[in-house]
Amino acid sequence: MNPDTLKYTEEHEWIINVDGTYIIGITEYAVDALGEITFVELPEVGKFLERSEDIAIVESVKAANDIYAPICGTVFAVNDTLEMEPDLINRDCYGKGWIVKMKDVNEEEYADLMDARSYRGYLKTV
Amino acid sequence: MNKIKTIFETGAPGRCAVMPEPLDVPDVSLPEVFQRDTPLALTELSEMDVVRHFTRLSRRNFGVDSHFYPLGSCTMKYNPKISESVASLPGFASLHPGLTLVPAYRETCQGALEVVYELERLLAEIAGMAAGCLQPMAGAHGELTGVLLIAAYHRSKNDMKRDTILIPDSAHGTNPASAAMAGFKTVTLPSNAQGSVDYDAYAALMGEHVAGVMLTCPNTHGLFEPHVAEIAALAHEHGALMYYDGANLNAILGKCRPGDLGFDVMHYNLHKTFGTPHGMGGPGSGAIAVGERLAPFLPNPRVVKNDGIYDLHFGDSSIGRMAPFFGNFLVALRAYVYILAVGGEGLKKISENAVLNANYVLARLKEHWRPAFDGLCMHECLLTAADMTADHGIRALDVAKALLDRGFHAPTVYFPLTVKEGLMIEPTETESQETLDDFCDAMLEIARSAIEDPESLHHAPVSLPVGRLNEAQAARNLDCAALPQNKS
Repeated sequence: MNPDTLKYTEEHEWIINVDGTYIIGITEYAVDALGEITFVELPEVGKFLERSEDIAIVESVKAANDIYAPICGTVFAVNDTLEMEPDLINRDCYGKGWIVKMKDVNEEEYADLMDARSYRGYLKTV
Repeated sequence: MNKIKTIFETGAPGRCAVMPEPLDVPDVSLPEVFQRDTPLALTELSEMDVVRHFTRLSRRNFGVDSHFYPLGSCTMKYNPKISESVASLPGFASLHPGLTLVPAYRETCQGALEVVYELERLLAEIAGMAAGCLQPMAGAHGELTGVLLIAAYHRSKNDMKRDTILIPDSAHGTNPASAAMAGFKTVTLPSNAQGSVDYDAYAALMGEHVAGVMLTCPNTHGLFEPHVAEIAALAHEHGALMYYDGANLNAILGKCRPGDLGFDVMHYNLHKTFGTPHGMGGPGSGAIAVGERLAPFLPNPRVVKNDGIYDLHFGDSSIGRMAPFFGNFLVALRAYVYILAVGGEGLKKISENAVLNANYVLARLKEHWRPAFDGLCMHECLLTAADMTADHGIRALDVAKALLDRGFHAPTVYFPLTVKEGLMIEPTETESQETLDDFCDAMLEIARSAIEDPESLHHAPVSLPVGRLNEAQAARNLDCAALPQNKS
């Protein structure tokens, strides 16, 4: 993924609409803060999530962090590869290290998220 | 690198350290169904092999008896040996705890019951509360007990709407874990720029749904909460109770009492504040103290004194047992010895010197390692390596490992989560100025290396049997023998 085309949350998740499937991951900033990732707990496929509900847990050598659903919708697919290779997130957080795909989302919530430029501006404030 | 062989890599077949008596009963074979298919993979060693192996391992130990151990929020103070000698007296060490439960034998353990009774009384006094209880086995267990007491209190008033506990973002992770285990939802209180609870945000989150507020004071930023009294007053106004996490009690011992600050229940970490061995050196003790309102719900049984005789009492409203007997009794006994040995005035001196030592370290280091928050600290100082990370690629982890090479235990790193690249240093009151100076000199030397030769720090530790571990692999794969990285 090209980070410039993604949408972002203040909790450092990214999300993008690819033909009605919404792919979600965590940003380079989040990965850098977490350090080496050791474990990822993924949600059940088919689960409906409200916005800001826990979607996954990412554990690193430093801490365990909740990942939140950037928008409400249904879990359509999870990145099973992360169970064996959680460090994919460290190596390629905008690509092979994606975490969850959602469908049937609230598109208005998606439209309201930060774009790359606003997210970069937000990073300067944290 | 000085690799240590594991005990399974030593020995030879047929070597033996014991000579059993000749068999004087008929030799019987186990039925085949109970026999192993393969022999046990046990190493065979002589007595001397065993002694040397464990002596060698013991010399690798990194403990308070051998090294400075400034592990923040853990209060790794010196453990006085008088506590050990009292705890090893046969009258205590050989006592069967079951005797206390049999009325006919209770007169044989009056001394032990007196220790429980008197220590609970002293802990209540130090807390500024009504009663103490030694049952919880360690700090988090004390938290769970305290939160269950809060739940029992609200239940007794038929107040079932309170489902939430408020906990600051700087709290120990055990706080939300304990609250969740007791069935509560947890809501995070944000810190302000000064490192304290954001009072306005707190006030906005307070309401009739809140069962309790868990505070650590001083908090894990090493700062006394300036609004603690207002926080407690607002909680009580809304019918919520106040929980005091005693992890950092060493900072205020004898200076102010949680009960007087408005707290209703607290846990002690006897193994921290009262100098009993911990950190692989012994079990903990998470004794609690409670105010009048919670006393009826304390775990059963209570030790009571009737006409000079110590007896057990089982209260009707109790939440029940939290542990067998009286918790880690011999740990509590050591704490009792400690409190009696230092006395009331001694307790005040302990916190004065703990705070002084932390501020001494802060003053010597602050030009080179940026403090996370401005001003003086309490019993621990929180620095950040974030500038070093940005400028020279040196992280808190590198600093921790480099300290090991210089003969010091690492401080707590990456905690609390509110601070990037945190280094939390708690020297405790028992260290001399010379030790603090040696430690500060090492930290300043590491700061110079970070600027001049950062690569050297990335490989630390280089002087220990095990070098820099692959942290991710170490967390995922517990086969420790395979861990050292090849590159160093």
